[in-house]
Amino acid sequence: MNAEPINVTGTPIRGKGEVLLSVENISLRFGGVKAISDVSFDIRKGEIRAIIGPNGAGKTSMLNCINGFYQPQEGQIVFKGERRAKMRPHRAAAGGIARTFQNVALFKGMSTLDNIMTGRTLKMKKGFFWQVLRHGPAMREEIEHRRVVEDIIDFLQIEHIRKLPVGKLPYGLQKRVELGRALAMEPELLLLDEPMAGMNLEEKEDMCRFILDVNNQFGTTIALIEHDMGVVMDLSDRVVVLEYGRKIADGTPDEVKADQRVIDAYLGVAH
Amino acid sequence: MLYREAGQYKSNYASDMAVFPLREDRIGLGVMLAIALVAIPFLGNDFFIASVMIPFLVFSLAAIGLNILTGYTGLISLGTAAFMGVGAYSCYKLTTFFPHVNIIVLILVSGLFSAGIGVLFGLPSLRIKGFYLAVATLAAQFFLQWAFVRVPWLFNYNASGAIEVPQRTLFGLPITGAAATAETRYFVCLGLVVVMTWFASNLVHGRLGRSWMAVRDMDIAAELMGIKLLNAKLGAFAVSSYFAGVAGAMMIFFWYGGGEAADVFSIRLSFNILFMVIIGGLGSLIGSFFGAAFLSVLPTALKFGLPALGVPLTGATAEHVTFMLVGALIILFLIVEPHGLARLWQIGKQKLRTWPFPY
Repeated sequence: MNAEPINVTGTPIRGKGEVLLSVENISLRFGGVKAISDVSFDIRKGEIRAIIGPNGAGKTSMLNCINGFYQPQEGQIVFKGERRAKMRPHRAAAGGIARTFQNVALFKGMSTLDNIMTGRTLKMKKGFFWQVLRHGPAMREEIEHRRVVEDIIDFLQIEHIRKLPVGKLPYGLQKRVELGRALAMEPELLLLDEPMAGMNLEEKEDMCRFILDVNNQFGTTIALIEHDMGVVMDLSDRVVVLEYGRKIADGTPDEVKADQRVIDAYLGVAH
Repeated sequence: MLYREAGQYKSNYASDMAVFPLREDRIGLGVMLAIALVAIPFLGNDFFIASVMIPFLVFSLAAIGLNILTGYTGLISLGTAAFMGVGAYSCYKLTTFFPHVNIIVLILVSGLFSAGIGVLFGLPSLRIKGFYLAVATLAAQFFLQWAFVRVPWLFNYNASGAIEVPQRTLFGLPITGAAATAETRYFVCLGLVVVMTWFASNLVHGRLGRSWMAVRDMDIAAELMGIKLLNAKLGAFAVSSYFAGVAGAMMIFFWYGGGEAADVFSIRLSFNILFMVIIGGLGSLIGSFFGAAFLSVLPTALKFGLPALGVPLTGATAEHVTFMLVGALIILFLIVEPHGLARLWQIGKQKLRTWPFPY
C-alpha cells in the first residue's frame, strides 16, 4: 500500500503539510574536502523525515548545518519562513531546534533529573538575584519546570534513574535520557542523530515507540539519521538519501527503496 | 536514630529539591553550626581562634570561589590569589574613601571589583581551555601582583608598601584593627562565610549551576540547550572572583590585620587554594571546607600538636616534618580517593545508609 496515512481530525496529511524547514543548495567544505555539495530538501510540519546514506555521506554534517555548528559556504536554510545566513547553536535552540548526538553527549557528572532540567534553561527567566536566594519566584519557577520534567521522565519511563548520575547508566538508558533532555526544550523540530545505534532489539523497539509517540502526542517534527533500514522504512514519512555529500534520492520510503541509485549506493555496482 | 531516608516521604517537589533532603543531614548541619557558634568561641583560646579557625574560614571561602570556577564550570585558574588581592586592596581603598560606611558593606562591595577584574582575565577562556587557560590566568596572577607592589596609590603611598587596617566597628564593637578581639573577628568571619556558602549552594543548585556544569561536562551540548558559553563562563569567573575577593578582603582585615599584602597574594597562595579544591573534591561545596581544613588546619595542628604529644620538635625541624607529613598525606589521600575528600564523605554516608545490612 502506497497511500499516506490520513489524519482523522482533518489536520494536514502527513508529509504534505506546510514546510517547516527547507535546505536550499547547501555546500559545505572543510579545506579541500567537500562534505556536502549542493543539497536541497525540505522538512514539513509534523512529519518524520529520515536522512540516510552510507558512512561519510554527510548526514551528520547536514544536521550540524541545520543547528548552526557548521556554517555552510554556499546555500541557505529557511526555518519557519525565516531565511538565515549565519546561525549560532544557541539561536537555533531559541528558535525551537533540539537535537541528540550520535555518540551520547550527556552531562556526565549530573543526575538524570539535572540533565533534563538543563533542557529547560531557555524557558527559565528568573535572574541572578533570585537564583542567589533560591526562594520565592526562583523556587516557584524551579518547581514549575520540575513538574514538566517529571512528565517527561514519566513518558520515557525512567523514574527509577531520576537521581543517578548519567555517566554510570547503561547505554540504552543514556540515549533515552538524551531524548528526554531534547524533549524538555519543547522543540518544534527534533533532530535525532542515530538514536538507535548500538542498541539491542528490545531497546530499539522502545526507542521507536518513543519517537512515534513524541511525533503523535506532541506533534513534534522529527528529522532522523538512522542506519537500521527496517526502522527507517517503518517510521519515516519521507526519506532523503545522501551519498558522498550529494542527494541521490528523496521521497516516500517505498519510492526510495525502489530507486536504482539508492540500491547501487548501498549494495555497490558491478564495474 | 539511624541515618536513613526510609520513612521520610516527600510529598512536594520543594522538599524533594531541598539541598538537604534528609532530616539527619539537617540535624548534622545544625550541630556543626552550633559547634561553630558556641563551642569553639567558648572552649577555644585566642590562639586557636585567631590562627586556626579564622584562616580556615578565609580559605574555605576562597576555595568555594575557585571550586565554582574549576569544579563546577571546568575552567582552571591559577589567579585566585590575585583576585583575592584585588578584593583586599579595593576594600582598603574603599575604607579610605568612605570611612563612615560599615566595613561589612565595604568588604561585600570590594568583591565586585574583584569580579570585574576576574571577568576581564576570564575573557581568554572563551577560546582556550585546560592547561592553556591556566597559563592565561597565570598572567593575571603576575600582572596583578606586580600592580600591588608598583602602584603606590593602592596602598595610599605608604613608604613601606604595607596596608594599615583601620579600626572599624560593628554594633559598637571593634571588629578590625588592633583593638578587635579574636572572638569578634571570628564571629564576623563565620557569619560572612555561612551566608556566602548559602548563596553559593543556592546558585549551584539552580539554573546557573546547571548551566555551569553543562559547560563543564559537554560544552557543545550545552550550547545546543541554548546556554550561551560566553555568559556562562564569564558568569562563573565573576562569581568565583567575587568569592575570592571577599575572602581576600577578609584575609587582610580579619586575619593579617594589615602588612605587606602583596607578598601574601602570591602564586603560592593560588596553588594552595587550587590544591584545597582538588583534595577537597572538585564540584563540591563541602569539599571546599574539607580541603581548606586539610591544608590550613592540619599543618598548624601538626606543628603545635606533635610537641604537645611529647614528640620533641622545635623550630625549623618542626616546619620540615610538618611539610613532609602533609605532603605524604596528600599523596595518600589522592591514591585512596582521587575524587577528593568529598567523595570519601559521600561513600561514608552511603555506607551508613545501608548499615548494618549492606546487602
